[in-house]
Amino acid sequence: MSDGEFQPKIVAFVCNWCTYIAADAAGVARARYSPNVRLVRTMCSGRVDPQFVLASFEKGADGVLLCGCHPRDCHYTAGNYKALRRFVLLKKMLAQMGLEDGRVRLEWISASEAEKFRRVVEEMTQDVRRLGPYKENGGK
Amino acid sequence: MASKPKVAFYWCASCGGCEEAVVDLAEAVLDVVSAVDIVFWPVALDFKVADVEALPDGAITASFINGAVRLSEQEEMARLLRRKSKFVIAFGSCSHMGGVPGLANLWDRKSIFAWYYHDAPSVAVDGGAEPQETVRVPEGTLTLPAFWDTVKPLDAVIDVDYYLPGCPPTPKLIANAVGALLSGNLPPRGAVLAGTRALCHECRLNATKPEKLLLKDLKRVHQVTVDPEKCLLAQGVLCLGPVTRGGCEALCVAGNMPCTGCFGPTDEVRDQGAKGIAFLSSVVDFDAQEEIERALGNVPDPVGTFYRYSLPRSYLVRKRGVPSHG
Repeated sequence: MSDGEFQPKIVAFVCNWCTYIAADAAGVARARYSPNVRLVRTMCSGRVDPQFVLASFEKGADGVLLCGCHPRDCHYTAGNYKALRRFVLLKKMLAQMGLEDGRVRLEWISASEAEKFRRVVEEMTQDVRRLGPYKENGGK
Repeated sequence: MASKPKVAFYWCASCGGCEEAVVDLAEAVLDVVSAVDIVFWPVALDFKVADVEALPDGAITASFINGAVRLSEQEEMARLLRRKSKFVIAFGSCSHMGGVPGLANLWDRKSIFAWYYHDAPSVAVDGGAEPQETVRVPEGTLTLPAFWDTVKPLDAVIDVDYYLPGCPPTPKLIANAVGALLSGNLPPRGAVLAGTRALCHECRLNATKPEKLLLKDLKRVHQVTVDPEKCLLAQGVLCLGPVTRGGCEALCVAGNMPCTGCFGPTDEVRDQGAKGIAFLSSVVDFDAQEEIERALGNVPDPVGTFYRYSLPRSYLVRKRGVPSHG
């Protein structure tokens, strides 16, 4: 992390049964990744109301990462499909509101995919850093 | 006559439909007029701003202000009426949440002026004339109110005591609100003077709404002949009844048109559009991304669909990085 470089704030909603465990495993394995991500654990990706995503931006996030179990792997059978349907419509709406593609991302990350979690966080941090702050005043 | 409570009406960025709604009280308007003293109503009565300024602070019992706030003049008038009134009621969707004029938050002053005064095909002469805030003429300096980049709901510029939702509010709700104000039998400050439950509860077609609603195909109103005896959602027409505050008695559905959400969300919801997105996503009966995208392709304009009346009241408020037209 070099001085003066823009440090984006990324809010990640991670499901209790897959991605949170992957994030935990990444920590146990001492994987190195950018500290720009703030995890919010939800019981299921289907619990993430689109309001959470919009509220994150309003409160100063520069990017929002949504993570859940792979298709057919949801602990509650179909929560991740609900998340996917919301994401499709939400993305379309956010594009109308002038949000760039990389600011919101949906990823399926299973409990065993600590490396994928690390990689996604790294990629997203770089993407959002390139896009710059969401709010013109840097969220202050 | 001095004992009659004083009432004022004012309009900001609105279409005039809210004023029409007051007239729609029909005979009941006579009861209102006999019970109150209207001290300001630019659309109907010849009072001037100076008349309002001459009143002592707090002298007006209630000011009903409709329309969104988009010009500096509207904010000034809202502040003046706030100072002179005990109660300020945001009247109608525009005042409550920004309304249809609030969709202008997808643009800004520069891009709106560029289109309306230069680029639109209907502009015959491009003389470069745009409204100026000040113009010098031999007789002196003329001024116009400032036109802002962002449209705001009324409570973004002044404290609002109550909200009367709707595009426009129904005569019944207006009469109830006036009755409550006159009798002093008022709900807690900040309340929305309409229903507290979702519209479906009072819709006459609610009984025909399936227990578990799942849609394979979403239709737009011009693509179907609506069966007037069946829940519109069950017919594949996107009706926002499940995520909209009740109180209007499902007037649009009675006219075979879906609810478009003018009463705003229920008390529990902060962002109407986000809830609309969550709702529609939950009833689309596909799991594969391509099929989901195809089914939702019939919502070509999510902002205009889910934030038709509430963009300035949403979390994001306005589009960022507006590109200029042309």
